[in-house]
Amino acid sequence: MTTLRILFIGGLMSYRAMFNWLSPWILVPSLIVSPICQILLFAYIGRSAGVGSDEFYVIGNALNYAVIPCLFAMSATIEGEREGRTLSVVLTTPAARIPLFLGRAVPVIVNGWAVALVGVLFGLLVLDVHIPAGAWPSLLLVIAVSSAACTGLGLAMGAVALRVRESAVLGNVLFCLLLVFSGSNIAVDDLPSWMAAVSPWLPLTHAIEAARDIANGAALGDVAGLVGREIAVGAMYATLGLLLLRWLEQQSRAHATLERV
Amino acid sequence: MSQVLRQQLVCYRLQLKVISTSWFDGALAVFFPLMFATATLLVYQQQGDPEAMQFAGLGAAVMGMWTCQGVIASSLLARERWAGTLELVVAAPTPLGRVLVPTTLALSTIGLYTVVATILWERWVFGLELRIESWPLFVISVLASALTLAQFGFFLAVTAVRYRSSWSLGAALEYPGWLLCGFVIPVSALPDWLHPLSWSIPTTWAMEAVRSSAAGVSPWREILICLAIGTVYAVVASYLGRQLVDSARRHATLALT
Repeated sequence: MTTLRILFIGGLMSYRAMFNWLSPWILVPSLIVSPICQILLFAYIGRSAGVGSDEFYVIGNALNYAVIPCLFAMSATIEGEREGRTLSVVLTTPAARIPLFLGRAVPVIVNGWAVALVGVLFGLLVLDVHIPAGAWPSLLLVIAVSSAACTGLGLAMGAVALRVRESAVLGNVLFCLLLVFSGSNIAVDDLPSWMAAVSPWLPLTHAIEAARDIANGAALGDVAGLVGREIAVGAMYATLGLLLLRWLEQQSRAHATLERV
Repeated sequence: MSQVLRQQLVCYRLQLKVISTSWFDGALAVFFPLMFATATLLVYQQQGDPEAMQFAGLGAAVMGMWTCQGVIASSLLARERWAGTLELVVAAPTPLGRVLVPTTLALSTIGLYTVVATILWERWVFGLELRIESWPLFVISVLASALTLAQFGFFLAVTAVRYRSSWSLGAALEYPGWLLCGFVIPVSALPDWLHPLSWSIPTTWAMEAVRSSAAGVSPWREILICLAIGTVYAVVASYLGRQLVDSARRHATLALT
């Protein structure tokens, strides 16, 4: 019962306290205006270049922008605690680390899912995008899986924020790498071979491909392999994040660097 | 006059040092647009059309300048406020505009790095050698772009001063700028109702000047229009800046956090 409370209630409290972007003055420009404008930018680039369709860019960029809350909210949970001088209090509690940090990931996944959904709905209303009604349940599930996988990467980044102070820079770098490597705007098959070799090891790649297939009429069963691989990649990063948290926490204790700002 | 120039130079050098040593304002301001340029070029590359690559390559080289200016300029005064130095800047006998302009010029200088970095990146990674018919005119066009962006940045810095989270506003301006200024999408490809908005931004004219000089066509008309529009923004910003400072003093809202 305590574990569940830490997981859900603790996670939600931490998210509300640490993710400053919940202010409408930040949320609207950052998580509504920017993803829509990114979608428009690449949809028009695609039209101008005569490559791809609006649907291709809408799905790619809507899922890609969900990375922003997934990465930044997770690192905010570490950095925000440090800035609030509460990180040592959190880490000295007897609470198990897995529910403590995974609980913080749950609201982030919902946030990422919502951001991606805003992008897809915008594409549906304003651009030349048509998604069959029957495809929506599968599409929503795939978006949730991609948000969860990106949050796994965010957890790893949050762990690194224990050591690296420039987590905003790190988050932006990861976002940019995913923009180029994950097939958001260029199908993985059309990427240079060395880039295409990196893509499958990143979150988003498989989810974007699956979402595009579903929007084109594929059933969930047809993309089960892609969804499974996305889950595996997300789990890999989440595990890496938890291991890094454990190791860097020990290092921070040993070197008394936990709250160095 | 020499005192004004000295103040401008000292302020410019100091701000350039501050920005250059910041990972966020310096390195990321170059890296972020470079990655978007990469994605854009990868899209255009699929067409296999050298003219399209030339178009995208030129735009991608200049679009980073917008990032360097827009994102950071919007939050210039908010940063002073966070640092607790805004009162000092406002109380100093030097007018606020004379402090902000060299700062936005320093941001434009970082923007010039992105132009060079992107041209080299395009050559090394994409094997794209931009055809520039007149290098002197090209450089003049890029410098005009940097100058007018500094003026536009001054305008942004002043108008965003009452927005508490102005950094998020600045970040949100990044994509609209890339969309509207004709960097990698021709303005003519945008909906008609957006054209007046595009042409009211000096950078759109600067981008036209860059393309004209690369094509060997005289860019002077575009450069003059770009400088004229930039000057209008600077004059409006200067007026607004005085009004806002007076208002902030009257209502004791300078340290608004």
